[in-house]
Amino acid sequence: MTLAVSGLRVRHGDREVLRGVDLGVPRGEICALMGASGAGKTTVLRSIAALQSFDAGTITVDDAVLRAGPLPPQSRLGALRRHVGMVFQAHALFEHLSAIDNVTLALLHVLRWDRSRANARARELLDALGVAARADAFPRQLSGGEAQRVAIARALALDPTLLLMDEPTAALDPARRGALGEILRGLAQQGRALLVSTHDMEFARSVADRVITLADGKVLTGHGYP
Amino acid sequence: MACALRFRSAQHSNAARVTRFPARFRAIAATLLIATARHASTAQGVRPPLRWGGDAEGGAPFVEADPADLSKVRGFDVEIAGMIAHGLGREPRFVQVQWSSIEQSLERGDFDLGMSGLEDRPQLRERHSVTIPYYEFREVLAVRPADSARYRRLSDLRGKRVATLGATTAYQILTDARDSLHLVPVSYDDDVHPYADLVAGRVDAVLLDNIIAERSLRRTGGFVIEPEPVAVGHYVAVFPKAMAAERDSANAILRARMKDGSLERVFRQWNVWDSTQARYFQRELATSAAPSAVQSGGSATAITSASTYVPALLRAAGITLLLSCLAMALAVALGICVAAGRVYAAAPVRALLTVYVEVVRGTPVLLQLFVIYYGLSSVVRLPAFAAAVLGLGLNYAAYESEIYRSALEAIARQQLEAARTLGLTEFQILRHVRAPQALRLALAPMTNDFVALLKDSSLVSVITVVELTKQTAIYATNVGSWVVPGALCAIAYLVLSLPLSRAARVLERRWSAT
Repeated sequence: MTLAVSGLRVRHGDREVLRGVDLGVPRGEICALMGASGAGKTTVLRSIAALQSFDAGTITVDDAVLRAGPLPPQSRLGALRRHVGMVFQAHALFEHLSAIDNVTLALLHVLRWDRSRANARARELLDALGVAARADAFPRQLSGGEAQRVAIARALALDPTLLLMDEPTAALDPARRGALGEILRGLAQQGRALLVSTHDMEFARSVADRVITLADGKVLTGHGYP
Repeated sequence: MACALRFRSAQHSNAARVTRFPARFRAIAATLLIATARHASTAQGVRPPLRWGGDAEGGAPFVEADPADLSKVRGFDVEIAGMIAHGLGREPRFVQVQWSSIEQSLERGDFDLGMSGLEDRPQLRERHSVTIPYYEFREVLAVRPADSARYRRLSDLRGKRVATLGATTAYQILTDARDSLHLVPVSYDDDVHPYADLVAGRVDAVLLDNIIAERSLRRTGGFVIEPEPVAVGHYVAVFPKAMAAERDSANAILRARMKDGSLERVFRQWNVWDSTQARYFQRELATSAAPSAVQSGGSATAITSASTYVPALLRAAGITLLLSCLAMALAVALGICVAAGRVYAAAPVRALLTVYVEVVRGTPVLLQLFVIYYGLSSVVRLPAFAAAVLGLGLNYAAYESEIYRSALEAIARQQLEAARTLGLTEFQILRHVRAPQALRLALAPMTNDFVALLKDSSLVSVITVVELTKQTAIYATNVGSWVVPGALCAIAYLVLSLPLSRAARVLERRWSAT
């Protein structure tokens, strides 16, 4: 199991957003995370990506383990960061960098590759996602679909085993949704685990291998593990 | 010359206590004159008061606020103004004006008579109706006691720093000697700090009127006055050019007061009478005619003076530019540190930095300059230029830090989170993601601040740095007009600031294209 979440509890003030979530995603599987607005889909993804602390439970991604309590400093999250890539709902591309520089940033400064090696790898990723022609464009010059693919390329730069995606279909027309499905299936075939939060039942049914439904701060019985 | 720095109200109305002079001391001629004038005034109804302008900040013995009644002023200039007013059959009414602006205010018509230790100069006679001198003073050197044998004359001060009050004859003497003696004139806005800095070792000598030197010696001490005067000068009263008739009457009144001894009594009362005055009065009374006005070629003079002053203005513009660039560099560097501290540091550090920003923004930069230059001089004696860079730099750092802080906080949180999920450290995120975007947001307000700093740098003249505005004021005082100096000064500031704004616009355009 690439991702294993057990007993995840998150409290926001008086409100308990997650009340003991258990779920797992193995390699090569696309798992859709569904639920009504406010059900805690984004909180699950943010907890796994170590962007917020949680109050109880454990999260394991391959050999990296996150425990309840305050977030560890960035310097102690190295293994988790290599294993987990995340694509944000609004893409969150770095506005001052070109598409290719968005992808090379982590290669240059985290893996400390030299520029030509980083550029070659970034072009490879952009090419695989069909946006190599837009490598030198800046985020504001990209369409929504292009920006999303650049964001996916950036998240794949460190070659993570788990890819998290927050509402990837929110701003896509049906044709682009289909293309996105193709891309995700390709990534799963490479052996990655994908956890994708979405509202879109049709997309979930057509693309995901499995659907996990969050309700009332918990995973509906029998849905958490394959 | 009267410009002591005093922290007291500068507005005083109606003033002179001239009633203390009994009629029996008045000379017959003056009595007749006054009688005629009074008769005229009754015939025509009440004559308007004679408004006379002086600077009470200059203090005793010239003009000072009366400690017994701060709405009144006293001093020998006050009494002489009263003599002239009464001699003209009018009541004196005091108008407060900054000493360096007396001439300009007179031309504007703010008052009819300017007095306050005004020095007789050819330029003054070209532009106004100037009375005969009523007092002869000496420009004297003040030095530290240990130097009294070494620095007896100006020529002994080769390569040394000599302080004086800006826009005075003494300053002119020093700038004339700058090239021949390579001495460094240091200009002040008041006549207290030159002596304080002499005692503190910041300057090697002070050249000023003997009255001011003696007053400072009594007040603070710590220096000696060389006996041999560097030059001799005279105090005069000025009327507007059109009031030559009043000037002639004032001359008659002054001569009468010299003759009947009342001027001598005034000077004795204020402890400024000496044998020099007696000899001067004799000489003056022996020559019946008033000093003839210096002839000049009108516009030719203005052009000549412009060509004389342009090099000085250029040098001052260079100082303004260098000062602004260094202060801005300091402000940017420190502002970045303060902003980063306020965004990233622990709560106590953030609180400390907030206090720094609020204190610096909440107090006048002028006060900060005074504190750094004069207030801290017992701890660290900074050269004036360094103090100016530090003062402006520290002040602007507070403003810059607020710009950078808000720019840093304007970068979308999701971008920072995206960088975190990529494994970048917080410093790498600041360096590669947050700061470069914040810089683009900060560029326009930063340019704005730099242009403002360029102009705020004129404040440093209070700590003796002669920059563009100060040099212009000196020029304007000497030529008696702000038109040409003001225009040249404005051009210089524009030449300095326009390319900057333009460069910023080009950068903004380039960045907005991406």
